[in-house]
Amino acid sequence: MMFLLSFWTQDYLVLNKTFTLNNYIEAFTQPVYQLLFSRSLYISLTVTFFTVLLAYPMAYYISFYGGNRKALWLFLITIPFWTSYLLRMFLWKVILGYNGVLNSFLLWLEMITEPLTFILYNSNAVIIALTHGWAPFAILPIFVSLEKIDRSLLEASRDLGDGPIKQFFRVILPLSMPGVVGAALIIFIPTVGDYITPKLVGGTDGLMIANMIQVQFSKANNAPLAAALSVSSLVIVAFISIVFVLVNKKHLRRY
Amino acid sequence: MNRSNKYLKTFAITYLIFLYAPALLLPIFSFNSSQIIAFPLSGFTTGWFKALLYQETLHEALRNSLIVAASSSIFATILGILASRAASRYYFPGKQFSLTFILAPLVLPEIIVGVSLLIVLIQLGLPLNLWSVVLGHTLLIMPFSILIMNSAFNNLDISLEEASLDLGETPLGTFRRIILPLVYPGIMASLLLGFTLSLDEFIIAFFLTGTETTLPVYIWSLFRFPKQLPATMALGTILIFVSLILLSLGEYFRRRAAKTQTSVL
Repeated sequence: MMFLLSFWTQDYLVLNKTFTLNNYIEAFTQPVYQLLFSRSLYISLTVTFFTVLLAYPMAYYISFYGGNRKALWLFLITIPFWTSYLLRMFLWKVILGYNGVLNSFLLWLEMITEPLTFILYNSNAVIIALTHGWAPFAILPIFVSLEKIDRSLLEASRDLGDGPIKQFFRVILPLSMPGVVGAALIIFIPTVGDYITPKLVGGTDGLMIANMIQVQFSKANNAPLAAALSVSSLVIVAFISIVFVLVNKKHLRRY
Repeated sequence: MNRSNKYLKTFAITYLIFLYAPALLLPIFSFNSSQIIAFPLSGFTTGWFKALLYQETLHEALRNSLIVAASSSIFATILGILASRAASRYYFPGKQFSLTFILAPLVLPEIIVGVSLLIVLIQLGLPLNLWSVVLGHTLLIMPFSILIMNSAFNNLDISLEEASLDLGETPLGTFRRIILPLVYPGIMASLLLGFTLSLDEFIIAFFLTGTETTLPVYIWSLFRFPKQLPATMALGTILIFVSLILLSLGEYFRRRAAKTQTSVL
């Protein structure tokens, strides 16, 4: 298996080398690809931000107030994610659609008079669906890092005169940062390359780089370009991740 | 502190409802008699489930998916056993590097794994069929089964092996009679997880499949036909229950694995 793995990476690079420069020039200069790259990054970063923001209080609640029901809470969080990713994203399409569940529900209750359109077939829809889809991947790492915090540190900070808010920002948050960083990376890396969600709920304004890779591969029959796009996105993702980790490390050293 | 506790609890419950909302729609609309997925509900029917019984292509896709899931989870588990056995007992140059390397697909976007596999297969001139999907899925599941098997092997006491060798067992006999029974729950957990992952995987299957579709690829093709929506919901409902059962079984074996190991040691 090792052999096979190393083999595909190598073969992949060899194939690229023979065509390299032209494809990369195209990938980086054509406005279409630039747009798709930046949109993918924008969507993915927004999703990461919101997921972590929403997941943190959840993990915090479970860790500090979960009592003996922690396992139950975690179990409840993971259940909905045992359904197929494909189906969950498809359900968001059904929910957000023009005649979809959300709109028809609100119309039925007469809370709105016209279907909402700002959450339909654009990048907002992709962001909502992805924020939902990756939630447990943020909650679990943050929960683990919160659990690891020695509770006596909290008592110490309280004894030394920190209020709850000060305590949170000076003790809990810095100590749980490894979990936050982990969660952010776990979400950021795969969402940049997500294919299903933008295709299903994104319409034309929400398409991302993975969709273009697929189109180049099948319809446009330009495999080398698709490969160049994949490698470029991989490099960009790796670069951002490394910068993110380094910045955090530097920032955390102060504590 | 008490008041913020209450706010947090409200938030936690609201968030949980948000997480559950889409999945709850599946059973609701799979029993709804209207063809349009929207409120208000129109009536109760089991017709969508019955319709599934007569879908030839669905049965074929299901059969393909089961073949792929079974073979790739078995392959990945065998390779996982070998890799983690090697990693837990022997030291060789570049061990850390190769382990990290094997785990790489875990953090690569799936589309890139799919694309690169497709390039390799085309370059090698191999035909695209179910076996190429099996190959892709084995690659995808491997990191998970290595992680599971690693923890199973690392919890194993080396003195048990040494005792068995001292008592005159051959290395092969020791492996079969001592090690395998002890890591058996880990193997089951790896098989079940791999099976579920493969059954669910879409992108790699989508790229690597030829004319034979797997279940997710079939479902994907259903999305284009609005008439088929309620039937798709019904199918989804069934799938949720199947994966719930499979994963509960996996969890059960994982817990038993933890238990047997502590009781033996």
